Parts: sequence; C-alpha cells; structure tokens
Amino acid sequence: MAARRLPALLLLGAAFAAPAAAADYAALPGGTFASVLPADGKAAPARIAPFRLRTEPVTNAEFLAFVKSHPQWRRDRVPAVFADARYLSHWAAADALGPDALPAQPVTRVSWFAAQAYCESEHARLPGWYEWEYAAAADARQADARADPAWRERVLAWYARPSSTPLPAVGGAPDVHGVRDLNGLVWEWVDDFNALLVGSDSRDQDGADKLRFCGAGAIGMQQKENYATLMRVAMLSSLRATDTTNNLGFRCARSE
Amino acid sequence: MKRLLLALCLLLLAGQLPAATPLPGDSVYQLDARLTDQDGHQWPLAARRGRVQLVTMFYTSCTMVCPMIVDTLRLTRKALDEPARERLDVLAVSFDPARDDPAALRRYAGQRQLDAHWTLARAEPQDTRRLAALLGLQYRQLPDGDFNHSSQLILLDADGRILARTTVIGRLDPAFVDAVRKALAKG
Repeated sequence: MAARRLPALLLLGAAFAAPAAAADYAALPGGTFASVLPADGKAAPARIAPFRLRTEPVTNAEFLAFVKSHPQWRRDRVPAVFADARYLSHWAAADALGPDALPAQPVTRVSWFAAQAYCESEHARLPGWYEWEYAAAADARQADARADPAWRERVLAWYARPSSTPLPAVGGAPDVHGVRDLNGLVWEWVDDFNALLVGSDSRDQDGADKLRFCGAGAIGMQQKENYATLMRVAMLSSLRATDTTNNLGFRCARSE
Repeated sequence: MKRLLLALCLLLLAGQLPAATPLPGDSVYQLDARLTDQDGHQWPLAARRGRVQLVTMFYTSCTMVCPMIVDTLRLTRKALDEPARERLDVLAVSFDPARDDPAALRRYAGQRQLDAHWTLARAEPQDTRRLAALLGLQYRQLPDGDFNHSSQLILLDADGRILARTTVIGRLDPAFVDAVRKALAKG
C-alpha cells in the first residue's frame, strides 16, 4: 500500500515544486497603426513589429509566486527608489494574499520597476505603448474596432465604474487575437510610459519654459474624438516609475 | 598563476566588504545598470558612489537644448569656489545608445573641452529607460532619429540620494547652486 502510494506522492510533490503553469501569449501580427500619438508628433503612423502579448494580466497568485522566488521584491524589502509605500499594501502580508487580494484578481499596486522585474522573470518585457494601444483596439470580430461606437462606449463605461468596487477576476471574453481584459479590468503599465510626453509638463511647451523639452516639442495628440484612449495616455504619462495605484496592473509582451 | 589570481580576487573582495555600508533604500545606486564611458570603460552605476555629483541625460547629436545643458553644468561648477569645485563631478548619460558609442562620447568631450571631472556614458536601451525612469526624466525617439526629452540637472549626494533638481537651462539657478554648495560642505 505504502509502496503503491509513493509514486503518487512523488508526483504530487513534483506538481508543487514545478513553476506555475506558463502564462499564455498570443501572437499579434503588428503593422502600421494610426495611434493617438503620431510617431513624429504630426501624422506619421506607428510601425509595430510582430510580437506576442500575454493573454491575461498578471494575477495576485502569479505575482505572489514571483515575490516568493524573488524576495527582493517583497513589500518589506523593496528599496524606496523602486516602489512607493503603497506597493502591495492590500496583501495580508509580504508573502500572503488575504481577503483583499484574491488569487485570480489582477495584481495592482505594483510599480513600473516591479512590473518590469516580473516580466523579466517570465523571459518577457512590458509592452510598448504602441503595442498596447494596437492590441487594445481589437474587439471580438476585428483587429481595429475603434471606429465602432460600441467599442468606445464599452471602454468609457468601464472608466465610469467606481474604483471602490472589487476587481473582477482575469479571464474576460477573448478578442480576435485571443487576448483578454485589455479594456475593462485594470489600467496597465507600458514599458515607455515615460515617453508619452503629454500631461502637466507639456503645458510648458507653449509657455516661456520651452527648454524643458528638447526637440520637436511635445507630441501632439491626434484623434481627439478618441478620448477613451487619450485618457489612458494622460494617466500613464502622469505617473512616476515608483507609483502604485488601486487599479493599475500590467501584462507582459515578447518580441517575435 | 591561476591560484595567485584567485587569491588576489579573494583579497579584493575581502578588502571591499567591510567598507561597503548598505545603500540607502532611496539611493539611485540601487539600480543594477551597467554604463560605458567615453574611454570605453564599463562599470556598474553604483561605482559612482562616494562623491557628490550632478547627473543629467543628453545625446551628442542634439543641436538644440543639449549644448545648453552642458553650458549650464559648466556655469554651475564655475559658480563654486575652487576647493569645492574640485570635488564636484558630472555624469551625463546618453538617451541615444544606438549612436552614442564610446567614440562618439569621446569626440563630444573633446569638442566641448570637458575635463576629467566629466563622465559621458551610455547604457544598453533597457538600462537607459530604467535610469531615466529612476531620475524622473521623459524621452522619446522620433522617426528622424532625434529625441524629445526633458532637460534637468539633478544633484546626488555621495550615497546617490537625489538632493535637488532644476529645470532651469541656459542660465544659473541660484537655489540649485545653493543646494550644490550645501551638499559639498557636508560631504
């Protein structure tokens, strides 16, 4: 009996010891894309190389596993230059989730540095803004649904939801690429959040303090009617890399 | 010979350990980034620890504000009295790792007649983005190869804590110069 149970126990042990199931990544073809942020500040489209995007945002359970294997990212050990005081503060403990952080909810209150480190542990990186915006333009039927009023209404309806309500679990309906939850769950970090150059600083572009930015000046935002996306740009560009918020999470990407 | 090298390495390591007090949590030297300077030497960012310094980011082919960043750094050093000035170093890291190799940095240092207090450096793209994020600087490459970027001078204490910053470029910022003086008086 004991001898027969042994292999089962070994298997069970192996299951616990093995890293969490590898995250799913979907292949996106890329191409030219009319971003709300023209590449040259005027009208040039963005050029996006083929890439892979995580089909779901990183969850609390996944981030907990990361923190356990990379203890320098525990909330009680992370240096202040990499995350503010609210980093993972809704977790029950530095190494436990608790009632305010369910395993299948997207992880939030993570800084840009922590999100980057997580993606590296998955042999990935944060998506660039263009990659993210391009992916989020899709709906269940088409790769670029932005002209469809229903797409915009869905995004804006989500913005209108009070941020005090608990976050749903990841795993919403897949879009045409097989990616989920890009709109409607959490805000997400992008690798080049500090390249968007709009927000409070850009007000100085027309003022006396032009020298704060070198070059052609702040990127002008296009597609003024697409304020759902512009709101996201404004939010991202107002962040510092150490900031953490209640509804800011992330997913990772890989170059092809 | 191999054993001798090993012994030397151990000796070096042992020699460094007692001296290394832990870095403060708010030190930019917490960032594990590698930089290469205008002489082609490669070192970790934390190798800058130990001296008060001014840090900025720029790129050598920039014709608009970057020359003025260098001018303003020079003005700031000149505003200090001689013994203090000698103790103030400058680190300028490129936004443009693709074009700013050590040779380009060396050429620039030559053209601008930058002395031994100045270190011009580059990092790999990912480390460049991280360093800018850490310093609170924004930058974006344009299709023509130029960059939009924020322009700041940042004052670090000997342990890499950010003491002050200024966005005043092209003339002296008296409050910033005061902060530099105070930092040097302490250090």
